[in-house]
Amino acid sequence: MALLSKKDANLIKDPLADNNPITIQVLGICSALAITAELKASVVMAVSVLFVLGMGNVAISLLRNIIPSKIRIIVQLIVVATLVIIVDQVLKAFAYELSKTLSVFVGLIITNCIIMGRFEAFALGNGPWRSFLDGIGNALGYGIILVIVGFFRELLGSGTLFGFPVLGNPIDKTGLYAFGYENNGFMIIPPAALIVVGIIIWVQRSRNKALIEDN
Amino acid sequence: MLEHIELFFKSIFIDNMVFAVFLGMCSYLAVSKKVATAVGLGAAVIFVLAVTVPMNWLLDQYLLRDGALAWLGPEYADYNLSFLSFILFIATIATMVQLVEIVVEKFSPSLYNSLGIFLPLIAVNCAILGGSLFMQSREIATLGLAFNYGVSSGIGWFLAILAIAAIREKIRYSNVPAPLRGLGITFIITGLMGIGFQSFGGMLTGGSDEEAAVEEKTTAAKIEKVEKKENKEEIDEKEVSYNDAINK
Repeated sequence: MALLSKKDANLIKDPLADNNPITIQVLGICSALAITAELKASVVMAVSVLFVLGMGNVAISLLRNIIPSKIRIIVQLIVVATLVIIVDQVLKAFAYELSKTLSVFVGLIITNCIIMGRFEAFALGNGPWRSFLDGIGNALGYGIILVIVGFFRELLGSGTLFGFPVLGNPIDKTGLYAFGYENNGFMIIPPAALIVVGIIIWVQRSRNKALIEDN
Repeated sequence: MLEHIELFFKSIFIDNMVFAVFLGMCSYLAVSKKVATAVGLGAAVIFVLAVTVPMNWLLDQYLLRDGALAWLGPEYADYNLSFLSFILFIATIATMVQLVEIVVEKFSPSLYNSLGIFLPLIAVNCAILGGSLFMQSREIATLGLAFNYGVSSGIGWFLAILAIAAIREKIRYSNVPAPLRGLGITFIITGLMGIGFQSFGGMLTGGSDEEAAVEEKTTAAKIEKVEKKENKEEIDEKEVSYNDAINK
C-alpha cells in the first residue's frame, strides 16, 4: 500500500491475525457471542463497532492532552456513549427489525472492553491518524471473528446465509435435505457460540505455535 | 411475594448473566484463574448491581421513559428522553462506582483491600450496564423488583465465575491439547456449562402450549445426550488427574 507507510500498515494488519482482539487480547467477547446466531446481525454489529472505535479513537487522541488522567474513564465513557447513541438512533430509523434483534447489545458497545482497551492502550499516547488506523484495524479483527462465527452458526444451524436458504428447503426436502441432511439446532442456542470461538482459537494456535499459553 | 421469588430464581438460573446472555465475559475470563480473586470480584459485582439497578430504575421511571416527566406538570407530559438512557446510565454507574469506592475505603478498609483493584474496573464491566439495560427493556415494574433483579443477577454472575475458577484450578493438572490451553479450553468449558444451564429453561414456564412443549422435549432430549457425554468426559478427566496424582 503506497498510501500507508509500513509501520502504519502493520497497525491494520496485526489485529487481523496474530494480535486479534478477541482470540488473543481477550477483549470484547460479550457482544461477539450473543448476536452471532445469524450473519446479518454479526455484520451490522461489526460495522457499528468499526464506526464507534474509529471515531472514538480519533476523538480521544485529539483530546489526549486536555483530559486530566484522574477522570479519563468518565470522559472516555461519555465519548463512547455519544457515538453509540448515534449508532442506535440510525439503526432504529433505518433498520428497525434489526435493532430489535440486537436489542440491548447495541447499548453494550459502550462497555465493550475492546473500545476502552484501545483508548487506554493506544489513543491516549498516539496522534489522531495512527489512532484512527489502530481503531479500524482492531475493529476489523473483531469483525472478522464475528463474521466467521455468524457464518458457521447460521449455515449449520438454519441452513441459510443472510436469511437466504442456501442448502435447499427443509420442508420440501430439496437440495441437501433430499439426502437426509438436517439442520443442527445446537448451533442456534447461545452456548454454541462459545464452542465455535473455542474451536477458532484452537485452529489459530495450532497454526502459530508462538501463541500457545503455558497453562 | 411470588413474583419476587420467581424473578429471583429466573435471573440466577434461567437468564444467567454469563451463560444465557454472555455479559461480563471479559472480566469473567480474565479474573477466573484463582478462586479467591474470583470471589472478590463476584462480591463486588453483586454489590454494585444492587446499587445501580434501582438507581437507574428511578432515573428511567421519573426522567427518561415516554411521559416520565409528567410529574413536572402537564406541559412536560409528552417528552420522551429515552434516547439519552445510555449516557445517563453509564454516567450513573461510573459515579456510583467512584462513590462506593470512596465510602468503602473510608468505613471498611478491610473490605476495600479485599475488593482492591476490582472496584474501579467494574465501571466498564458489561454485566453492570447490561443489568440496567435489561431492567429497562424488560420493564421491571417496581423499585423492589428492580433491587431484587440487581441482586439476583449479581448472584448468578458470582456463581458462574466461582464455578469456572474452581474448574480452571483443577484443569491445570489435566492433559489439555497444547493449542487449547488457557483461553481455548475455558471457552469450551463455559459453553458446556451454558448447555447445562439451558436445562433450567423449563423450570418456570411449565409448557403452556403444545408447540412449546414439543420444542422443549426435543431440545431437552438433545441436552440430555450432550450432558451424558459431558459426564463421561468428566469421569475420564477425573481418572486422568487421579492417575497423574498417583504418578507424582
